[in-house]
Amino acid sequence: MKDFLKNEMILWKKNRGLTILTLPAVIVLIVMCYLPMFGIIIAFKDYNYSLGILNSPWNGFKNFEFFFKSSDAWRITRNTLLYNSAYLIAGTSISVLFAICMNELSKRWIKVYQTVMFIPYFISWIVVGYLMTSFLDTQYGLMNRIISTLGGNTIGWYNTKAYWPFILIFMNIWKYVGYNTVIYYATIIGIDPSYYEAAKLDGAGGIQMIKYITLPMLKKIIIILFILSLGNIFRGDFGLHYFGTNNAGALYSVTDVIDTYAFRALRQMGDIPMASAVSAFQSTVGCITILIANRIIKKIDADAALL
Amino acid sequence: MKKKNKKSKLVSICIHITFLITCLLIIIPFVLTIGISISSEKDIYTYGYRIIPKNIDLSAYKLLFSAPEVIVNSYLVTILVVVIGAPLGLVMTAMIGYVISRKDYRYKKILTFFVVFTMLFSGGMVSYYMTMTKVLHVQNSLWALILPGLVSAYYIILMRGFMSDIPMEIIESSKIDGASEIKTFTKIILPLSKPALATIGLFMAFNYWNEWYNALLFMDGNKLVPLQLLLVRMLNSVDAMTSNPQVLQQMMMSGMDISTIPTLTLRMATAIVAVGPMLLVFPFFQKYFTKGITLGSVKG
Repeated sequence: MKDFLKNEMILWKKNRGLTILTLPAVIVLIVMCYLPMFGIIIAFKDYNYSLGILNSPWNGFKNFEFFFKSSDAWRITRNTLLYNSAYLIAGTSISVLFAICMNELSKRWIKVYQTVMFIPYFISWIVVGYLMTSFLDTQYGLMNRIISTLGGNTIGWYNTKAYWPFILIFMNIWKYVGYNTVIYYATIIGIDPSYYEAAKLDGAGGIQMIKYITLPMLKKIIIILFILSLGNIFRGDFGLHYFGTNNAGALYSVTDVIDTYAFRALRQMGDIPMASAVSAFQSTVGCITILIANRIIKKIDADAALL
Repeated sequence: MKKKNKKSKLVSICIHITFLITCLLIIIPFVLTIGISISSEKDIYTYGYRIIPKNIDLSAYKLLFSAPEVIVNSYLVTILVVVIGAPLGLVMTAMIGYVISRKDYRYKKILTFFVVFTMLFSGGMVSYYMTMTKVLHVQNSLWALILPGLVSAYYIILMRGFMSDIPMEIIESSKIDGASEIKTFTKIILPLSKPALATIGLFMAFNYWNEWYNALLFMDGNKLVPLQLLLVRMLNSVDAMTSNPQVLQQMMMSGMDISTIPTLTLRMATAIVAVGPMLLVFPFFQKYFTKGITLGSVKG
């Protein structure tokens, strides 16, 4: 026992310098990430402002019952899942296509296109919301002006539900296509050029080379990124769904996702029991899907897995 | 052979057209917004938003700069958050990233798990909000904007990837020379990882610049309003700019008629003033971002 302790002490001394280096980050992580994990108990309490978190009475699963019995639960879960799937499928296919096309161009042009396509990634959703209103504003927006010049009837964009699934998917691609294209393009230029040279000698054409060399080489990273995003499928894009839609109440049934719903419950209605149930539900299912996704990735490529 | 060349030329033209259209779809919204901001309010009432304004009218900008308190204050808050947050976060990230990249560090495994676990599970928005307001009491302070972005598992893992390329021999020779771990880190490791620090530091700086989520959750007053939050408030109503008594007073003093404040153009002008500088700086840094993303994606 004594030897063991002595041994531990020696090892500790050896690692002390490095451990000190980690302390600031460890403390921040404890405060910002681990402390809120315990805060999840609020979801099981009948939260009372004057009593505080610890002293509020326990409420069992009542908050969850209340949430799941409302029609909102199904609606926001469905919206979150459907939108994220659409973003994922549309975004991945367009970005892969763009990356393959980009590979056919000269370096100079690639740089120009990449720079421009990258801009939206570094603009906040709030600014994107501004850009969207200049097109979609009912009275003055460019879209309605074009429609009325062509002799059509103007559209009240911010209270017509039918268009929003398309608008949201379009905007999501608009914002992230540059970023994703860079990722896939980098993988393509990482492919050993001798494959292409050999194929050329065998008389393969451009399309054949893409089909038999580029795509199979891309397959692994596409699958990994795809599954990684599947793990985040319960995390709605708050910025897009809140600022992109101007938080318009008339659109909630088609635009509301878990994140926007929880935010409104917390900040606008002050309904803490409800909000906490929603966000506890989200982080629990989210965690499960991430773990499943990670498991699958581990089978494909152990190095790419999180754990 | 000639036929083939013709075909490939056609393909490359098609590709160019696709990318040009994509780029136009990205640029036009910005041009339109600039166009609105330099239109006269009257033209907008009659003709709507136009990419090329009928009459150029800079009164929205004049108004913004005649009473610049609000926007200058927002700039200062945002810059302060970037200047404090990004370097502080970068140093913390570099320190822990370096340590978990060291294969001989005894607690490497458990510490890596400690970091990665934060990517798997979170307490959710409500308990995060409660922690910040009821436990840390940082609402309406700069810390509410700085603390959340300081350390994130993603950048730590990215940093670990960069740092694990540093050969162990260098570290060992420094130790043989009698340097402590901390000295080795500051004198040897940090200078060696300048590219990594630049890339991740830039990402952090841009994240702080664009930060709105925490501002939206925790900032209620009129004092500490970062740029993005100012834009949120103005998206709802231009009052955010004109309800400030100081601003109103200045407008009146400069002889402006408050009843004819060009609200529509003023809103867009504010957006342009808020993002313009960043858009101008961005192309110079784009190279680093591209590098950062590709390295991150390859290393997981």
